[in-house]
Amino acid sequence: MAFSLEEVLALEPYSLGKEEKRALYIRALSELTRVHAGSCREYCRILEVLGHDFTSDVAPENQPMLPVRLFKKYELHSVPREEIAKVMTSSGTSGQQVSKIFLDKRNVRAQTRVLTEIIGSFIGKKRLPLIILDTALVKKERAMFSARGAGIVGFTMFGRDVIYALDEDMNLNIPEVQAFLEKHMGEKILLFGYTYMIWQYVVQAMREAGIKFAVENGVLFHIGGWKKLKAQAVSPQRFNESIFETLGNVSIHNYYGMAEQLGSVFVECEHGHMHCSIYSDVLIRRPGDFSVANPGEKGLIELMSLLPTSYPGHVLLTEDEGEILGEDDCLCGRLGKYFKIHGRMAGAELRGCSDTYEQR
Amino acid sequence: MNSVEYLAGSSVVSSAPLAAYSDEALAFLSDLSKELLRERHTRAYPDVVSFAFWCRKGNLQKLQASCADWGQRLGRGLTFHVAPSNVPVNFAFSFAFSLLAGNGNIVRVPSKPFPQVQLICGAVSQLLPSHPEIERRTAFVRYPVNQDITANFCATSDVRIIWGGDKTVQTVRSCPVKPKCVDLVFADRYSICVLNGKEIEQTDTRSLQTLVEGFYNDTYLMDQNACSSPQMVLWVNGSMDARERFWGAVTEYVAARYELQGMTAVDKYTQLCEDAVEYPEVKRVVRLGGNLLYRAELSGLPQKAGDSLRGKGGYFYEANLSALEELCPLVNGKYQTLTYFGLEPELLQNMVIENRLSGIDRIVPVGRAMDIDVIWDGYDIIRMLSRIVQAE
Repeated sequence: MAFSLEEVLALEPYSLGKEEKRALYIRALSELTRVHAGSCREYCRILEVLGHDFTSDVAPENQPMLPVRLFKKYELHSVPREEIAKVMTSSGTSGQQVSKIFLDKRNVRAQTRVLTEIIGSFIGKKRLPLIILDTALVKKERAMFSARGAGIVGFTMFGRDVIYALDEDMNLNIPEVQAFLEKHMGEKILLFGYTYMIWQYVVQAMREAGIKFAVENGVLFHIGGWKKLKAQAVSPQRFNESIFETLGNVSIHNYYGMAEQLGSVFVECEHGHMHCSIYSDVLIRRPGDFSVANPGEKGLIELMSLLPTSYPGHVLLTEDEGEILGEDDCLCGRLGKYFKIHGRMAGAELRGCSDTYEQR
Repeated sequence: MNSVEYLAGSSVVSSAPLAAYSDEALAFLSDLSKELLRERHTRAYPDVVSFAFWCRKGNLQKLQASCADWGQRLGRGLTFHVAPSNVPVNFAFSFAFSLLAGNGNIVRVPSKPFPQVQLICGAVSQLLPSHPEIERRTAFVRYPVNQDITANFCATSDVRIIWGGDKTVQTVRSCPVKPKCVDLVFADRYSICVLNGKEIEQTDTRSLQTLVEGFYNDTYLMDQNACSSPQMVLWVNGSMDARERFWGAVTEYVAARYELQGMTAVDKYTQLCEDAVEYPEVKRVVRLGGNLLYRAELSGLPQKAGDSLRGKGGYFYEANLSALEELCPLVNGKYQTLTYFGLEPELLQNMVIENRLSGIDRIVPVGRAMDIDVIWDGYDIIRMLSRIVQAE
């Protein structure tokens, strides 16, 4: 049976158990592989060289993976160039090559729709007062902050009365935030930012200034690499404690996603576990032979997403390491795999959104 | 100049020439050989052992005897060496060649902290005090990339030996030198392996094992990162049986000793995809032993020279030759070493000469790709680095 995203959109984002999800992914990923093989010349050549037969359906673990680095080197798309509505670029420091992701209108819509479903399942369908813990500059200077800016713009659709907490020089605008909190007293507040930026320009700045905010009921979503925080010996636990200490009563959701698969993000639940929604899945591969690792075994992260239709990005081999913690049995009640990210594999080329500012 | 670290010798280096194959040089190098072979830690590094074996007295005397006019030769003065960053003991050979030619030496060692460098420099600095003539002509230095420091060393040298990629070579060569300075340059090269399938089919298990061990030492030992390490394997009489037998044995040998880094595996897989996109002649890539060995089968010989087909960490391009001469159109000046099995070296040598090929300077059996010597890259190094004193 042909696959369409509509059938999945009808479901709750964390509602498929292991067997059902596997059946869906065999069908859906095989279909996507066929679509891309038929319309992306480069992808088709890769399958040929790998000796992959795409005519029949195969299990997700037997789908051919594309290394994420390919999107930096080639312009890969599965629809004619004139149908491309948007070229998403990953953040990169000068001299570093950036990924180019080619999106048509349909793919853009799917990303927005799915992000709404996923984030909505955490915060509800209503728009909330939103504080972006970053500078408004990232919106204006898109060329410089590509993915970071796009991530912020993407998130503003969940908010109303949006303010940016940092000025153009990355200084925290304390009075403005104070005024915003007073204005929305008693309401649920949404906060969004990049992990390292929050640590460096919000938490540290507030500590230095010796001030605290008193958010009563907040939800924080943050994204981005941990590399710089690790270098400063800041663990996720210490990060969270510092947020409570400086911002107040905030529930914190770290999330993981990359420019190559926007939309189908992985969000951390109340128990600190990164979850796959029905729109995406994760496999951990042993580097030695790319065999599938056991739960609890560290390996390379492979990401699968049902969204990419205009570019062949539905099965990607990342350069990050992680491990599966469990499946369908997290205490939070969400179905699907949950996992942990250990960060970039040693020797891997530096990527990541929130590292851009300091290195530019 | 204060970021220059002296690992052996001092900052004042004499440029007064010695004779070629001087007694002083032979005595010092044979002492160095003994010292390294005596040192317990050496055994952990086969490359240091090879160097120590190479500079033992008997071998040096043999080299001296093979250089008919050594008695009429003197060094050119002072040599500045820029060693390759990816091969740990190359700097030591570079030094020894120049010393045998009769020169004083400033050797820039790789900036990566290879234990081999420490080991050799340690032995050198321990021996120098008892060899005053060598001591005043020797310095081993280490410094981070710095054009000013390099320029300073270049300004006083009579010979420069530059190893490294084409870019390093160009950067170093851009530094001004004395008008008579001679440059010996070892730039990016490309190497191949030619195997006779018929011989591989018929050979016994023991000699197959020797072949495979040799192939491993030529390639995996340096992650195929050396210029004499074969990137492409060409078959004569390459039956399916022969190829399966060879690669099967290689995979088994590699599995027992090669430590594949996670990032190397990702790099190899990424390269597979890139090859698919960029090279229509890559028919398919077979992965053996998981990610240990990648065989990229070519549907025919590469359209152009083929020297852009480069693998790292166990990634080989493979094609069949219906006749040996088919490889001639591929060969350009980048081609350096041809390793062979089951073929007559004279036949290969004649092929290069009769077809007047611009590349292939070395034809050696599989297993000897890394055996550097005074003839290298098509140069007779001792003669290049010394001057002949003519009398008629």
